Amino acid sequence: MQLEQSPTTEGEVVDNYTINFGPQHPAAHGVLRMVLELDGEVIERVDPHVGLLHRGTEKLIEHKTYLQALPYFDRLDYCSPLCMEHSYVLAIEKLLNLEVPLRAQYLRVLFAELTRICNHMLNIGSHVMDVGAMTPNLWLFEIREDCLNFFERASGARMHSAWFRPGGVHQDVPLKLLADMAEWLDTRLPTLFEDAMSLVVDNRIFKQRNVDIAVVSRDDAVKWGFSGPMIRGAGIPWDIRKSQPYDVYDRMDFEIPVGTNSDCYDRMMVRVEEVRQSARIMKQCLAEMPDGPVASTDRKVVPPKRAEMKSSMEALIHHFKLYTEGFHVPEGEVYVATESPKGEFGVYLVSDGSNKPYRCKIRPTAFSHLQAMDFMCKGHMLPDATAILGAIDVVFGECDR
Amino acid sequence: MPVLHSAPRCASNEGVLDTLSVALGPMLVAAKEEHGEIVLTVARQGIEDALRLLRDEHQYQQLMEIAGVDFPSRPERFEVVYMLLSLTKNHRILVKVTASEATPVPTVTTLWPVAGWLEREVFDMYGVVFAGNADLRRILTDYGFEGHPFRKDFPLTGYQELRYSEEDKRVVYEPVKLAQDFRSFDFMSPWEGADYVLPGDEKAEPAPPPVDKPVTTEKKGDSGAGEPEDSKAAEKVSPAPPAKQDTGEDKKDAPKATDSSVPKDDDEKGGEA
Repeated sequence: MQLEQSPTTEGEVVDNYTINFGPQHPAAHGVLRMVLELDGEVIERVDPHVGLLHRGTEKLIEHKTYLQALPYFDRLDYCSPLCMEHSYVLAIEKLLNLEVPLRAQYLRVLFAELTRICNHMLNIGSHVMDVGAMTPNLWLFEIREDCLNFFERASGARMHSAWFRPGGVHQDVPLKLLADMAEWLDTRLPTLFEDAMSLVVDNRIFKQRNVDIAVVSRDDAVKWGFSGPMIRGAGIPWDIRKSQPYDVYDRMDFEIPVGTNSDCYDRMMVRVEEVRQSARIMKQCLAEMPDGPVASTDRKVVPPKRAEMKSSMEALIHHFKLYTEGFHVPEGEVYVATESPKGEFGVYLVSDGSNKPYRCKIRPTAFSHLQAMDFMCKGHMLPDATAILGAIDVVFGECDR
Repeated sequence: MPVLHSAPRCASNEGVLDTLSVALGPMLVAAKEEHGEIVLTVARQGIEDALRLLRDEHQYQQLMEIAGVDFPSRPERFEVVYMLLSLTKNHRILVKVTASEATPVPTVTTLWPVAGWLEREVFDMYGVVFAGNADLRRILTDYGFEGHPFRKDFPLTGYQELRYSEEDKRVVYEPVKLAQDFRSFDFMSPWEGADYVLPGDEKAEPAPPPVDKPVTTEKKGDSGAGEPEDSKAAEKVSPAPPAKQDTGEDKKDAPKATDSSVPKDDDEKGGEA
């Protein structure tokens, strides 16, 4: 559209123009730079520039032993660190064909679901804030704070836990933690969460900003490699926890929410329902969790307990070898993908039989979602770009690696 | 081998390898099933057709990831691995092609638009060229970056580092200067085939290199045990160096007393007296 007589351009014709969004923009959810071509306020083309947070994680991992590489995974998606570790430890266990004790599997599922709640609190909150509301974000951060406290009590670290280990988890949790978690699931979480959601889900402004924004058909969702809430929002009931269960997800009873309209509102509502389902899974884990060891007793992979080292020479040798040389993983290649809160998070691990990964390719979720920004934004208004970005749930630690 | 691990359990692999091997026919170079993964290696030129066949006839609808791997010792050093997912059959397979720096891989953006960025990443990290990808720019590395950082011969530290310069009021690029070398410890067991000299074992006799013609001593001169040519050299004795004499001169360059509490003038006067 061209203005014939414009008072400000003195008769010159204004064509499409290009603006730069980010890399330092509060709605960019990190360091995303987008070059937007606009026709007035309508987006014609989006060219996302990613990689500003590229740290070469995959290269660094090639220079570390399998155990030393684990903490790098916390730093990928720093909003859901334990789910990142989950794919990696499962990939190692698949190559080793290592059995994990049942209690460890339950603990992993429990904390993976806690991570999912923690992640969704951040994403729902920031998505809501991107489209104009302040209060729900603050309320949701209260829940997130509770989650982080639970992580701290289990692993000693609030965010970068490094708690999942090949063969199980690093340490057992105190009984009081499980009891507190159960109480929190019954009282604090539903109250705070439903309170915050009552402000959002039927809010007129929130709906105006999200309903019918970035509608993606089922075919497109498949073609663009969508996963997680993005593909479920499009109405495809695909959840790796359900269809390709890992750890003890096959024992859990939970529903998979799907969207009907495949817009930003549906994606957000899928996440809201996932929080409730995660709470349901956590309750089942707490109810059914058996006693027993929390890590494999294969001493060629999992180090012995410290008390055992005081009296057993063999335990001491195992400990020394595991923390210097590390364990060797048989030659081969696997691709293991788990359902992280953002979608399919995969690890393609190539081993040459030594104590270091030969190649560790990380499949981020946001990478393919962000690539679809161009086709999702086309024809929408500039302010919709932030809503679309918020509904993608992008974290650059993971996208850029 | 029974499955003990608890990694994701998708639909059974039974019969899949045979079915797909027959379907791919001459495009297939190698096929294997290891660690529960089906890996199909196809000819580079046929990758697009192979993936189209797998997508349309065998329900592998989603391309989840493309990974590059570098094996510098191979004639075609790169592997490009396509991870396919079937949403309807609930199954995953890996499809591979090999490539070198000079041999472009046909693009699959014609089949999946998601391949665009995935191919850009492999190009950026390994320098594998994808013929037909219209937008093969770098993606993860810096603007103006040179080289392909995930190749095995690219150093972990890289070549350039950048910092904010207070003088220039901008970010400047400089060659990497490390205060300490990158320490790559080798903890591999030396009893299990280390092919290097063990640290601290440098004086040990290295294994003698194989020789074509064994050396034999036929004359006395060949042995190296003959009369030395300069046998008179040891008889010459040079005179001892002249003894140093104290001339009593004041040494101007001598360092001052470090004790600053002593007044300088007093010190000099004391010296004169």
